[in-house]
Amino acid sequence: MKKENRKKHNTSAIANKNQRRAVQKYAPIFLFPTFAAFCIGFVWPFLQGIYLSFFRFKTLRNIKFTGIDNYIAAFKDQQFFKSFLFTVVFTAVSVILINVIAFVIAFALTKDIKGSTVFRTVFFMPNLIGGIVLGYIWKIILDGVIYRFAETTLELNSTYGFWGLIILMCWQQVGYMMIIYIAGLQSIPSTYMEAARIDGANGFQLLRHITLPCVMPSITICTFLTLTNSFKLFDQNLALTKGNPAHETEMLALNIYKSFYESTTNMGVGQAKAVIFFVLVVIISLTQLYFTRSKEVQE
Amino acid sequence: MAKKLNKKKMGSGILTAVFSLLSLIWVSPILIVLMNSFKKSGGISLFPFEFPNAETFNQFNNYINGITHGNYPFYMSMFYSLIITVLSVALILLCTSMAAWYINRVDSWFCKMVYYLCIFSMVVPFQMVMFTLSKTANMLYLNNPVTISIIYLGFGAGLAVFMFSGFVKSIPMDIEEAATIDGCNTLQTFFLVDAPVMKSTYISVGILEIMWVWNDYLLPYLVLDRTKYMTIPIHIQFLQGSYGRVDYGATMALIMLCLIPIVTIYVICQKHIIKGVLSGAVKG
Repeated sequence: MKKENRKKHNTSAIANKNQRRAVQKYAPIFLFPTFAAFCIGFVWPFLQGIYLSFFRFKTLRNIKFTGIDNYIAAFKDQQFFKSFLFTVVFTAVSVILINVIAFVIAFALTKDIKGSTVFRTVFFMPNLIGGIVLGYIWKIILDGVIYRFAETTLELNSTYGFWGLIILMCWQQVGYMMIIYIAGLQSIPSTYMEAARIDGANGFQLLRHITLPCVMPSITICTFLTLTNSFKLFDQNLALTKGNPAHETEMLALNIYKSFYESTTNMGVGQAKAVIFFVLVVIISLTQLYFTRSKEVQE
Repeated sequence: MAKKLNKKKMGSGILTAVFSLLSLIWVSPILIVLMNSFKKSGGISLFPFEFPNAETFNQFNNYINGITHGNYPFYMSMFYSLIITVLSVALILLCTSMAAWYINRVDSWFCKMVYYLCIFSMVVPFQMVMFTLSKTANMLYLNNPVTISIIYLGFGAGLAVFMFSGFVKSIPMDIEEAATIDGCNTLQTFFLVDAPVMKSTYISVGILEIMWVWNDYLLPYLVLDRTKYMTIPIHIQFLQGSYGRVDYGATMALIMLCLIPIVTIYVICQKHIIKGVLSGAVKG
């Protein structure tokens, strides 16, 4: 896949020098607006963000260089570490649950069921609802249930808060992953199945030795999608529990946000945490790249 | 053989029943909100799962209350959400498609650098640039619903440029050459020849960006001047956070008002939406 792209990439440039010059004259119209906005909206804030993580500041008018003090403070911050652990546990549970549920539903829906397109439409729908609205829908419902049976609320009990977040994530993400799995399942050539069946494979063996290996690419994609989505979760966390009780359900993104906007002394720690968070996300993405690449070698 | 077929039929029947039930559970949160949006606030906190009865039924009062009352009326938030989404997405589609085309056709070192920067930007979490971006936006007066589209263009450029580039690579150069020979200049070539070919990519990218901008909470919250402008997610969050007493009925009604356009549009063009959303999934 990638190699093919690269080959095409070379041919997608204009070969004739004069013609290319003629196109290059239009750079101010074609490239400049995006490039300028990109610098304002991404490049400059990104560089300034890294720069500021080495300073102690409350406003940008008054910054003081402190070296890696902010990073030390971030690593010493108990709450930051707890948030990291909570995020990791939450991510692990949600990745497994979402993928298993999505796969089972996709598997069932690819068998001939009446109205399977209607079911797909229904399962996919929550994906379109934004995090904040989604969070409040579930907050109202779950609080109603929990209050009736346990006389507590999501914001008072961290166990309920955790599972509330998991339920919410499943509701939102299962449909999306299901569609990817359905596409993967439908691309398996039926001849494979027939051949295995003639060889006397039973249902479980078919699943284990034909279906699963064939949808491996979909599994990789879905795993990493759910991984990054859960790891970077913010809106839903803010809307559902706000990190309560006592920061126990606070995920990394929310912790960083709070270190910025609820801190009265030094915002630099928040920026340092953000850089650490960024590095973690990059590590996940690089692992993803490695896994998708190594698959291609096998094929 | 006949027996086996029968068994298969029954199995599929059971599966259909199971999935009907599951679908019902899946939409039930929305149905519960819908149901409660017609109840008086007291009825919601006491009996959230019961149908509104004569005592708790509040007609459309929740909707009327929610839309007009409060320090900041909800229709203003809807209006600003709509403006921001339309402007930002239009700007993103126009500028990034042109940029992606230019990057691929010229392919100089500078273009390559911009392209790889764009890919890199897709990985960066928003928290990384959150503080500095909002400061930059304030400094450059990009803090109102019209100019915030420039911020969206900047921060959303990565994915859009990446997706357009993927398609531009597959457009045969011959048709552009033919247009040039026919006397089109570069702008005409792009808008009359390339843009129509890229229609499906425009739809996919458009849907992805619409969903992102419409649902985005943190960026407009930090960038916009909050006393003057709110968007729907900010308004909902505000209702929950700052009011001393939460009017549950009104909140439900407002959540319903957010959901209705989303669900309607989804039902009408779900094929495009699912395709668009998925094409964004396979990035990297």
